[in-house]
Amino acid sequence: MNQQNQNHLAVVYVKLKDGVLDPQGSTIKSALENMGYQGIKQIRSGKIFEITFQSGEKRKPADLIDEICRKLLTNPVIEKYNFEIVK
Amino acid sequence: MKFGVIIFPGSNCDYDAYMAIKTVIKEDVEFLWHQDSSLHKCDCVILPGGFSYGDYLRTGAIAQFSSIMKKVTEFAKDGGLVVGICNGFQILLEVGLLPGAMLKNTSLRFVCKFVHIKVENENTPFTNLSKKGQALKIPVAHSDGNYFILKEGLKKLKENDQIVFRYCDEVGNVTPGANPNGSLENIAGICNQTKNVLGMMPHPERASETILGSDDGKYIFQSIVNFFGNRR
Repeated sequence: MNQQNQNHLAVVYVKLKDGVLDPQGSTIKSALENMGYQGIKQIRSGKIFEITFQSGEKRKPADLIDEICRKLLTNPVIEKYNFEIVK
Repeated sequence: MKFGVIIFPGSNCDYDAYMAIKTVIKEDVEFLWHQDSSLHKCDCVILPGGFSYGDYLRTGAIAQFSSIMKKVTEFAKDGGLVVGICNGFQILLEVGLLPGAMLKNTSLRFVCKFVHIKVENENTPFTNLSKKGQALKIPVAHSDGNYFILKEGLKKLKENDQIVFRYCDEVGNVTPGANPNGSLENIAGICNQTKNVLGMMPHPERASETILGSDDGKYIFQSIVNFFGNRR
């Protein structure tokens, strides 16, 4: 199998930016407190995407994933992201 | 004047908007399909409420790439009148025609009820028949109506008078108790800098006849017709 047909796997992590209210995170935190878990200071929720893909001849896999994150997977007003190319 | 109501997969207030314009406002109106590459010479384009593309990923995130949205963006940049209601507002935020973003309601619940919104700016194509400070009774129905914008953006909104509506009580007081979703500074609707694009979470089309509980929504559609008549 040559390089350009190789399947890559990227894992993208999307989180709310610091300071952006996270009602889901706060609700999960209260639920845990009601269940008796103590000492939980904060919960921030987020999303994970696993992307299996082939990058074209000219594109670096990381550039392609970065573009996808910017264009669709995140809203830069409220979210931040990071990713790793694991394969 | 001719209105166009866009149908995205998952729009569900398209017929309400169409009927309000056709039977109450009595203006010409036609549906526009999300895959259309023309706005069929409409003078005002409505992006209706609903759950376009199932609200997958983020509300409005996928609809922003529909082929009709390219035309809507060009139309808006040329000064064309665009109104996004509820999910339509979310789409306008995602496509960047309006600033800010929507978060989940602080209650994490779908909120569906009549609210009041205070007209903060009556000098827009969408509010010129209402009075500044007037409280309009119009319903909301959403899970993600918690408007958010960074400090710098909020400052610009205020400087340019882009905040059009705020949630208020029956007599027009903007209070935390009147805020149905946690929206920043009770913001219920904003416009762009040039005032030709409006986004609002409440549904004026659902409040256009007294039999529906309120006809205050008419102010918005009639203001548009009034503005268009004067411009022409």
